[in-house]
Amino acid sequence: MISRRKFLVTFGSALAGVILSASQLEKALAAFQSVEKGSSSQWGMIVDLSKCAGLSCQACIDACVREHNIPKIEGKHHIWWITFVKFENAFPEQTHEMLGEFKELPTLILCNHCYHPPCTKVCPTQATWQREDGIVMMDWHRCIGCRYCMAACPYGSRSFNWVDPRQYLAEITNPMFPTRTKGVVEKCIFCYHRIDRGELPACVEACPNDALIFGDLNKFDSEIRKMLGEEYTIVRKPSAGTKPKIYYILPWGEK
Amino acid sequence: MFEKALKGGKLYWSWIAFLCLLILVGLASYSVQWQVGLGITGMSKEVSWGLYIANFTFLVGVAASAVVVALPTYIYNQHKFEKMTTLGEFLAVAAVTMCILFVLVDLGRPMRVLHVILYPSPNSVMFFDFIVLSGYALWNIIIAWYILSSRITNTDISWYVKVIIYLAIPWAISIHTVTAYLYSGLVARGMWMTALLAPRFLASAFAAGPSLLIIAAIIAKRYANFDVGREAIDKVAQIVTFAMIVNLFFLGCELFVVFYSQHPEHLAHWTYLLFGMDGYGKLVPWIWASIGLGIFAVLMMIHPTTRKNEQLLVFACALIFISIWIDKGLGLIVPGYIPSMVHTVVEYWPTMLETFIALGVWGVGLLIFTVLGKMAIGVFQDYPTEEELKEMMEEEKEEEVVEEVVTAPAKEYTCELCGAVFTDLDECCEHAEKEHKIAKASCDIVCFEKG
Ligand code: SF4
Ligand code: SF4
Repeated sequence: MISRRKFLVTFGSALAGVILSASQLEKALAAFQSVEKGSSSQWGMIVDLSKCAGLSCQACIDACVREHNIPKIEGKHHIWWITFVKFENAFPEQTHEMLGEFKELPTLILCNHCYHPPCTKVCPTQATWQREDGIVMMDWHRCIGCRYCMAACPYGSRSFNWVDPRQYLAEITNPMFPTRTKGVVEKCIFCYHRIDRGELPACVEACPNDALIFGDLNKFDSEIRKMLGEEYTIVRKPSAGTKPKIYYILPWGEK
Repeated sequence: MFEKALKGGKLYWSWIAFLCLLILVGLASYSVQWQVGLGITGMSKEVSWGLYIANFTFLVGVAASAVVVALPTYIYNQHKFEKMTTLGEFLAVAAVTMCILFVLVDLGRPMRVLHVILYPSPNSVMFFDFIVLSGYALWNIIIAWYILSSRITNTDISWYVKVIIYLAIPWAISIHTVTAYLYSGLVARGMWMTALLAPRFLASAFAAGPSLLIIAAIIAKRYANFDVGREAIDKVAQIVTFAMIVNLFFLGCELFVVFYSQHPEHLAHWTYLLFGMDGYGKLVPWIWASIGLGIFAVLMMIHPTTRKNEQLLVFACALIFISIWIDKGLGLIVPGYIPSMVHTVVEYWPTMLETFIALGVWGVGLLIFTVLGKMAIGVFQDYPTEEELKEMMEEEKEEEVVEEVVTAPAKEYTCELCGAVFTDLDECCEHAEKEHKIAKASCDIVCFEKG
């Protein structure tokens, strides 16, 4: 016969076990569908192509390169966090053969810090993950360089260090920001270090034409929310269902 | 058990030496990659997985199918399929080892591979793949080991090994399914995002893995006097045939959906693969070769007369193996990245060092398979079952009868100088040289046939 006490202890711990594993399961399930958090900030950005000066300017790209010590590598090992591509390359679904000059429009692309990032979902080590405020982060000490995240990102926002990037740095322009080693993936991290200090991302700050508008998507009276409510904006590959947070305003008939 | 792998003829040792050479060249190339980084490969920002992951994918299939084919028959009909099963188990062990090595050489920071366990991420398919692959390697080593030792001690395998055997079958299917999910769950890659990917993987695996098994079995029969049995080979050949037909059918389904629906995300990759794009078409001849070889081999396998002819069977199996290797490697992983995510075409081709590293990994796998297979053959030959003993005795009897008819009545030679008697002319000559200092060439002076 088991005593009443023993029964209670066993039963109780079994119950606790079930509840515990249920909560863990919930956590695991939540990872599959990162929910939009209501309370904290959600950072987003508008790229206003009607104001962007295009290839002649590059202020934002230069600022980013300097801020994050990004190596300049030509050819197939190239690394970028923010760059220009042609409109038809950034928005293949919105292009057709008869579209004229618009096809060639220089379009800034960067990591979209998607609401539902497939890249963080697939990472086997959580070396890339999503912060509360929606920024998709990278841990260069944890990344094993499997490049699964590169396969998963529908926007080509991630670059890999095929060789030691430091040999391509003429100087370390920002000693406060880590340089990377060979064998890890890197990408735009929305200047989380600057945001945490209350500053704007380097590219936004550098833009002389106010073409980049950065702000909190969860704040109703933020400039970005107002613009998103009034202007018509598009995002890259909406069909992928990742819900990008980089929005584009097109130069309707101006260019 | 292991000492059985250390006995072998010239052919065996030169094969081992060749494999060791492959491994050494691979190691040397890998040391370059270790220092410089994955930049020594043909991969790029646009095509970020290449030869390594392609081989990994292919070999997962080989590992899975070699076991699934052989094990069930083993459970129902132990002794007839025992040899084939053991070969299959060891093939699986070798293939899983290669899989793990291919993942390792593909990592940018291989020293951190344990992060997968330190920071378990149940939302990543790669995490599950890691678990099922390691588990699978373990099960197969256990099963094969117990089959061999039960043979030595002449006992039935114990119940817990049977449990593992039953477990290994769904497990084998799971490793390939999980590996397919690795790709088919990615919204970014239209070519891979199809529910048909896992079934297609399985079908092609069931054709490629057993093909290799058949080739290995026939080699073992030719060169090691180790016969897995006509029946076992024919059973496996039938499975290969069915699997290859299903594989081609699945490919047809995929092509229909892609080209009839014209869905751009899917169409782009397949167009590049089959017809080339923007003037680029490195993979075009390869994929057509793969499809052509596959169809040709199936036609060969369907007809019983070609399937039952050993040489033609090996040929057809080799064709299937090559066809599926191209299909999994060049035809699946690489075009999944072309066109890129910004719709540009950046092509991929493996570099020499990359190829050497891949060959080195194959060298390791083949070495493991050869050594383990050799061991198994040794055990089977030294510890025959009662049925086999009976068979062997019958064969011996027959041989004796034949010998009696062939050998003529024995002759005898005598040495003229001392009268010694020999059964062999050579012996007599040697004797003459030693004892009487008469050169061998002229020993006919003293050695005469008796009578
Ligand atoms: S753009 Fe790519 S890298 Fe950035 S969050 Fe989305 S999926 Fe991840
Ligand atoms: S490359 Fe690094 S960040 Fe990307 S999935 Fe692998 S471990 Fe994660």
